[in-house]
Amino acid sequence: MYKRSMQLLLVVFVAFTMLGATSPSARFQRLGHDLMCTCGCSEILLECNHVGCPNSTAEIADLRAQLNAGASDAAIFKFFVSKYGPTVLAEPVRGGFDDVAWIGPFAFLLLGIVLVLFLLRVWQKRHARLAPALPNLPPQTVDALRERIRKETNYGE
Amino acid sequence: MSHPMPLFGSATLLLALGLSIYAFLAGGFSLWAIAGGRALAVAPERIRETSRRAGIASFIAVSCSAFALVWAAYTNDFSVDYILHHTSRDLAWYYKFSALWSGQEGSLLLWAWLLTGYGFVLRLRHKTDVTLHAYASTILAGIQIFFFLLVVFVAQPFAIVPGGVAPVDGFGLNPLLQYAEMVIHPPMLYLGYVGFSVPFAFALGALMMRYPGEKWIAITRRWTMVTWLFLTCGILLGMHWAYAVLGWGGYWGWDPVENASLMPWLTGTAFLHSVMMQEKRGMMKTWNVWLIFVTFMLTILGTLLTRSGLVSSVHAFAQSSIGNWFIAFLVLTAAVCIFTFLYNRDHLRAENHLESLVSRESSFLFNNLVLLAACFTVLWGTLFPVLSEYVQGSKVTMGAPFYNRVAVPIGIFLLFLTGVGPLLAWRSTSLRAIRRNFVLPSISIILTTVVLLIAGVRPWSSASQADGAVTSNLYALVCIALSVGVITAIITEFLRGANVVRTQTGKNLLESTILLTRRNTRRYGGYLVHFGIVLMFIGLAGAAFNQSKEAEMSFGDSINLDGYKIVCQSYSQDSNPNYDSEFALLDVFHNGKKIVRLAPERRVYFVNTDHAQPATIVAIHSTLENDLYVVFEGTNPDNDKPIIKFFINPLVNWIWMGLVVVVFGTFIALVPKLKTSSQRLEVAFPVPSGLPLGGNLQRTPSPLNSPEGPHV
Repeated sequence: MYKRSMQLLLVVFVAFTMLGATSPSARFQRLGHDLMCTCGCSEILLECNHVGCPNSTAEIADLRAQLNAGASDAAIFKFFVSKYGPTVLAEPVRGGFDDVAWIGPFAFLLLGIVLVLFLLRVWQKRHARLAPALPNLPPQTVDALRERIRKETNYGE
Repeated sequence: MSHPMPLFGSATLLLALGLSIYAFLAGGFSLWAIAGGRALAVAPERIRETSRRAGIASFIAVSCSAFALVWAAYTNDFSVDYILHHTSRDLAWYYKFSALWSGQEGSLLLWAWLLTGYGFVLRLRHKTDVTLHAYASTILAGIQIFFFLLVVFVAQPFAIVPGGVAPVDGFGLNPLLQYAEMVIHPPMLYLGYVGFSVPFAFALGALMMRYPGEKWIAITRRWTMVTWLFLTCGILLGMHWAYAVLGWGGYWGWDPVENASLMPWLTGTAFLHSVMMQEKRGMMKTWNVWLIFVTFMLTILGTLLTRSGLVSSVHAFAQSSIGNWFIAFLVLTAAVCIFTFLYNRDHLRAENHLESLVSRESSFLFNNLVLLAACFTVLWGTLFPVLSEYVQGSKVTMGAPFYNRVAVPIGIFLLFLTGVGPLLAWRSTSLRAIRRNFVLPSISIILTTVVLLIAGVRPWSSASQADGAVTSNLYALVCIALSVGVITAIITEFLRGANVVRTQTGKNLLESTILLTRRNTRRYGGYLVHFGIVLMFIGLAGAAFNQSKEAEMSFGDSINLDGYKIVCQSYSQDSNPNYDSEFALLDVFHNGKKIVRLAPERRVYFVNTDHAQPATIVAIHSTLENDLYVVFEGTNPDNDKPIIKFFINPLVNWIWMGLVVVVFGTFIALVPKLKTSSQRLEVAFPVPSGLPLGGNLQRTPSPLNSPEGPHV
């Protein structure tokens, strides 16, 4: 059952990630948003709104030409990096050290989760070890204690 | 004396530096003597008092200095280099005032002024706890010294132009800064940045003096909240400015300077949440101290990034050597924090431990973790280009796609915790309580998802695929559904509490809700802040459905976009002493009815500058549903027709509405709660030393009796 569920999950994941992978206009949009305009405006290529911007117009033309030539994503990125420099890529996708950029935040989060879970476990164990059995308090003290807890945790207080 | 006002400004700055040095040295010496019980010729308490008064006087001195700079701007004293470069005779009076923070020297002076201003209030309120305030005041004086050193020796706002002869006119203010929000955005942001110095000073001071109990948190709570509010307003005003002025259709570009403001906001938010653990349960003391240390250091790091040229940014200050000063200060601050922590770390031992995984405490832990992960992501993205250049020899761009892929899922997880956290009880939550609290939010999430799917928000649709927007649409769907779930949880919390009050008092639901809020302003103000943040999330999710269209529009031309019909009525040019402009007049129709006339404009500022600088004046028609955002991009050189770009930006107004709710909620949380007779309840009973709750009850006054009341 568990194995079947995992297989189903994998199929859904693969199907989902493959969605939209084939449409040419989707590719143009996607790649156009993964490249930067190099005129210094710090805008995504397809979002540069400078009329007559010499860089974005030429870059868009290059992108269309590469797409029409049937180049792969990696080949297009390589072409742009060789022509405009590595900062033309809107995100680090060249592999190698660039991958560290992607791993960093998730490694931090993962490490944090592990650390928090470890802390929770340690605290829980310590609490179980240290928490004494409740002493025999007089009923009125227990009632007063309960009333106080209720007031401190109740709504409107 | 050919330049009396600049001389006055410089002299008062020097005086402020001297007073700050005295406040620091005298404060430190007296506290050292008091802590060690050392006898001096003069009573250390008297020396401590002189230190406090010197701190107050430093504010007066730097106020005179700030006045001198503003005076120089209003009297067109172009003999002052800063005034020459940031104002001109034709500049509107309110922009002359904002010139105070439009350049590096002036903004550092503003920083120093605000810092001493905060110190002024802190020193006046010293009677709350004289010793703790003395520590905080001395630490603040140390920070003041750094900023005064900068404005006195490195970035002098009163430097006289070479030759000392004033030109006839100034260079004017950067056109991008000639916008109403720019008059209040920087001071707001600075109030936020600088304000974190105060809780930092209290935390460091409390650790240095091994302050017993958690009172320092109660003292700094309002400081932190006000500071957080200023920073939130500053960031949002900056977003609105970028949206309305830069003309690229968005409000957040993940620019390093924007990131610099977001990082302390994230850690400050984490601090505001995790201090509740310390107040309520005496837990996470080390964590809290380090959170506020890191928040303060991030404000300095942000300033370093903005001013050093370390990272490329469209709106960073010019590259200068001032960055080295900030690095030195950052290192010194970190060293002091680490040393103080190591020396006194036994003082920060937690008094309680977690009892259940399903509890408010664990939700706070995860909330903090996610906020820190978000902060780390932003820091990582900001600094990775520098790291890459060091390792690979070439810089890389960390643009919006990187953050959208990494930060958006983290943000959605945070939104989830925003909904879950308040529904969990302290210590432990029973299964019954979970069922009771989570049913309605879960139902609302499912219903919203179904409604959105029916309404056409389908990430896998062919339209989404064609736009390459499958992932962003999915995120938006999840974000909006979760937001509705969180809102449901908040409303349920209000209603549940109001019903209890209604039963107790017999008042109607509205009156009960108001009474409920007044009885625990912090808790319900906090819920309102959450509500505002959720509204912002909804607004941010709308970006997934942005549309845009570009067209040449001559007289009578029209285009249709998302139910709007836009007709060009005219286009023209204008000129005034400050700038030339081109604009178009566009009538906007919706359902066949004219709803508004928009006038997008493109200006070219030229007065007293050696180069023309273009600026965009965006025309926006805002509704709850979307913004029609129109940019005059320029004219086609071949036929002189204007080129207009139209954007449909859904739900943007929700972001600004969210800010209003956040402000309102924070004000509610700042208001002292209504005192009821039950607050004075004292319960005397023998408390065994090992009893978990008893330890707290013996050690500190009941939250019910404390000025701050019970905290959530």
